[in-house]
Amino acid sequence: MNWWQSNRWNSKKRDADLERELRSDLELEEEEQREGGISEEEARYAALRAFGNPTLIREQTLAIWSWNWLESLARDLRFSLRTLCRTPGFSVIAILVMALGIGANVALFTVVRGVLLKPLPFDDPDHLVMLYEAGLHEDDTAGSNPVAGGMYDEWKKQNRSYSGLALAKGIRVGLSASGGQLPEKLYSALFSWDMLRTLGVQPALGRDFTQADDNPAASGTVLLSWGLWQRRFGGDPAVLNQTIHLDARPYTVIGVMPAWFDFPDPSTQLWTTVYHEKREDEMTSFSNHMFRVVGRLKPGVGASQGVADLSVISQRTHSAHLNDPFIFQSAKSRPLLEHIVGEIKKPLYVLLEATCCLLLIACLNVANLLVARAAARRKELAIRTALGGGWLRLIGERLMECLLLSASGGALGLLLAFAALHWLTQTRHDMSRVESIHFDGVVAAFTVGVVVLCALFSGLIAAFSSSDKRILGALHEASRSVSGGNARPTLRKVLLTLEVGLTVILLVGAGLLLKSYKRLRSADMGCLTQDVITMHLGIPDARYATPAQRANFYDTLLDRVRALPGVDAAGFATVVPGQGYQMDWTFSIVEHPPLPQGTGQFALSRWADPKYFHAMGIPILHGRTFDGGKRLDAANEVIISQSFASQYFPGEDPLGRHLRARGKNAVIVGIVGDTRYAIGETPKPVQYYPLDAGVETVGTLTIRSSRDLEQFALPVQRIVSEMDPDLPVSDVLTMNQLLGQSTLDQSFNAALLIAFATLSLVLAAVGLFGVMSYIAAQRTTEIGIRVALGAKREQVMRKILLDGMRPAVFGLVVGLAASLEAGQLMRDLLYGIKPLDPAVYGAVAATLIAVAAFACIVPAWRASRLDPVQALRAE
Amino acid sequence: MSSMAKQAQQRIGVLQGTLDMLILRTLLYGPAHGHQIGKHIQRTTNEFLQMQHGSLYPALHRLERRGWVVSQWETAPDRNREFKYYRLTAKGRKQLVAEESQWKQMAEAVARVLWPAAEES
Repeated sequence: MNWWQSNRWNSKKRDADLERELRSDLELEEEEQREGGISEEEARYAALRAFGNPTLIREQTLAIWSWNWLESLARDLRFSLRTLCRTPGFSVIAILVMALGIGANVALFTVVRGVLLKPLPFDDPDHLVMLYEAGLHEDDTAGSNPVAGGMYDEWKKQNRSYSGLALAKGIRVGLSASGGQLPEKLYSALFSWDMLRTLGVQPALGRDFTQADDNPAASGTVLLSWGLWQRRFGGDPAVLNQTIHLDARPYTVIGVMPAWFDFPDPSTQLWTTVYHEKREDEMTSFSNHMFRVVGRLKPGVGASQGVADLSVISQRTHSAHLNDPFIFQSAKSRPLLEHIVGEIKKPLYVLLEATCCLLLIACLNVANLLVARAAARRKELAIRTALGGGWLRLIGERLMECLLLSASGGALGLLLAFAALHWLTQTRHDMSRVESIHFDGVVAAFTVGVVVLCALFSGLIAAFSSSDKRILGALHEASRSVSGGNARPTLRKVLLTLEVGLTVILLVGAGLLLKSYKRLRSADMGCLTQDVITMHLGIPDARYATPAQRANFYDTLLDRVRALPGVDAAGFATVVPGQGYQMDWTFSIVEHPPLPQGTGQFALSRWADPKYFHAMGIPILHGRTFDGGKRLDAANEVIISQSFASQYFPGEDPLGRHLRARGKNAVIVGIVGDTRYAIGETPKPVQYYPLDAGVETVGTLTIRSSRDLEQFALPVQRIVSEMDPDLPVSDVLTMNQLLGQSTLDQSFNAALLIAFATLSLVLAAVGLFGVMSYIAAQRTTEIGIRVALGAKREQVMRKILLDGMRPAVFGLVVGLAASLEAGQLMRDLLYGIKPLDPAVYGAVAATLIAVAAFACIVPAWRASRLDPVQALRAE
Repeated sequence: MSSMAKQAQQRIGVLQGTLDMLILRTLLYGPAHGHQIGKHIQRTTNEFLQMQHGSLYPALHRLERRGWVVSQWETAPDRNREFKYYRLTAKGRKQLVAEESQWKQMAEAVARVLWPAAEES
């Protein structure tokens, strides 16, 4: 028998013993009373009077023997469970509300912890920094400029602060067809040989790059990602030392990286060595900024010290090459973690704040429900207090109820959070560090903390609302409820005001993000966004070595694609609007006087075929498109965008002038409309060069058609594979999808915030409805009398309605004021609108008033329909 | 906690201590069951201490738990039925002495405050 059982057994025995004792003594008292000469029945009553309430005495006496706190805890628990089960509707609603609040918070906290707070999985990550070039212009302090290969070389040779400096660049390569598998285009990264050493990471299988692998003369080596190894090579270790073909060149597989490794980008699937891939002139240039540089600080060296060291080197290099205007003068660094999560930090924190608001609203709502129930149970509580129920006992019970509610809510919320995170990690592969999001001890502790906090918060509010000791008043009031007690409705209205205020903040935030997203999506790209499908295509240098081969490939491809039924127009360009900045070139204008030393001009550069503008709907404003007859070296024309013309040829006709870029002159033959390189960016000057020159190997095919766009994917793929079976076609996206992808973050954030805001609006409406129904029900008699005395139903309705609207309007004002502050926090997330957008504020106010009115109108209407006779009889 | 609740608790506290002492003193005459103890206290105070006998039992059990009294079922000589008799222990006797002297000290102290003239004379 363990102590608990023996304890139970003892207490049972004691109970029986005590009952016998009380009975025998009571009988004695009865006998004595009878001996006094009164009737049997009277004697019993007299004995009971002299003795007191046997049940209470028994309970009090037993309490002397009990294991006080433990048993009272168990009793509170039992009691609370019983109370909650008696009102299942209330319990279910409260648990659901809590589950939503807690679930959202736990999910977001897990994301924030995984993404922002956990250290990077590298060796001693505190010493890792991302290095940038800076100081081209005096005001150039922001930004995160990539580093030129030449500058990296100088930094590496001369610095004394870093134990390792390594290079990375994301690229795309085509993996050739092999073993019955189709060719495919993959995201890949170029690493300098010492990158993995600098990060402190080992391949899971095979070996790391060595210095001997990292030069143009070495034979190609490649590291595979875990995912690619599993998917394409069946996780077979025999893949080591096998040869695969990337862009038609042979590479030996030397290793497989661990599954969690995804530097520099979550989509990276292959790693090759940078000096082996890039031409020497790209690796030694000081003005071709294209690489990411990771540094590991030596022990004891601070980040600023390291940057100062590199800046001296940059300054020296800059001074040695004053004729090149595009050499930066200093360096900048950020912790590596900050570089990786920089863009999602702000939105995540905003979302976390939103979920905190949601949780607060949920707690307020539960507190509100509890207060309402406390009011309904007022008589019971008053009777219990009158019978000697301790004040602390009652609070303890209330807290236990809340703890039960929020613990059940927390358990359910945990499930919700789990589902949400599962969904998130499935749908947002692109998010940085998404793989490091999972539940762990800290998250569990956080959940428990939130549960306890919610219980305390809502429980204490509810408990204090019912702690007044005017028992008699309560009993009186309950017996003649002519006017509802004042204290509780006031408290509930205050809670409601808070709730409405928080809801308004969420609504304003959601409204701002939604409007910003709408603006973003409706921004004029300068080209068609409907009826156009794009496909990414790249021909390997190795197989298409001469300009003639490349030009022929494009000609054949475009001819055959244009011949497909349903194709209205087709074109090819290296980069289409919405695909990003990608490439710029420096140029000079031949007819203009040379620029002073140390200054230069650059603009976005694209290659396009003559019919690209027509296919994309980019208007030709002046002049004409490229002459299709001029090919290869003869293709010496250039087309500029409108902003190019107005920026570099003010008050001058650019047609017929010449641009000099990459050592060649080209004549300007046309001016086309401006386009945006990315959604949300202002249009920048662009120079278009003819694809027929046969220089570029990678680009995007665009097809315009009024038919179903998706149906072109297969025929085009067939054409390409007929022309070259090793050539993958990738990223088959309609223009709309392409733009949608680039605004995924914004739409994601807006959608989440709107979901939170809608939820809280519903919660606030439910709260309002509950309070108004309760108040109206309490005033039944009063309303009955009013109506009986001749009050018009409209008057009654108006009165109840106004009563309900007051906290809503007050909360609205408070919320709008607080939103002014919250809006400032979101400034960085907004595009094209100010945080103080009157339309959003107006819409939120209108929505809230409408919802509040709707929530109040039912109770008000019901009150106005009261039959006075019935209302008065209800007493 | 409101002052009202505090007051109530203090009053109970004083009563409790006094009641314990009165029970122990009653048991000094010999073993007795609850009903007898109640009756005795009421009689000796000339019905001044009005109380329901029932309220004795928590006090009796508290004393038993502290080891100041022990209980046993015994047949009452006049009723031919078993009652639960309480008996003072040695520990209980000591406690009674201590409480008595404490009570005396307190009563004297209170008296000195209330009737200072009496001491002067």
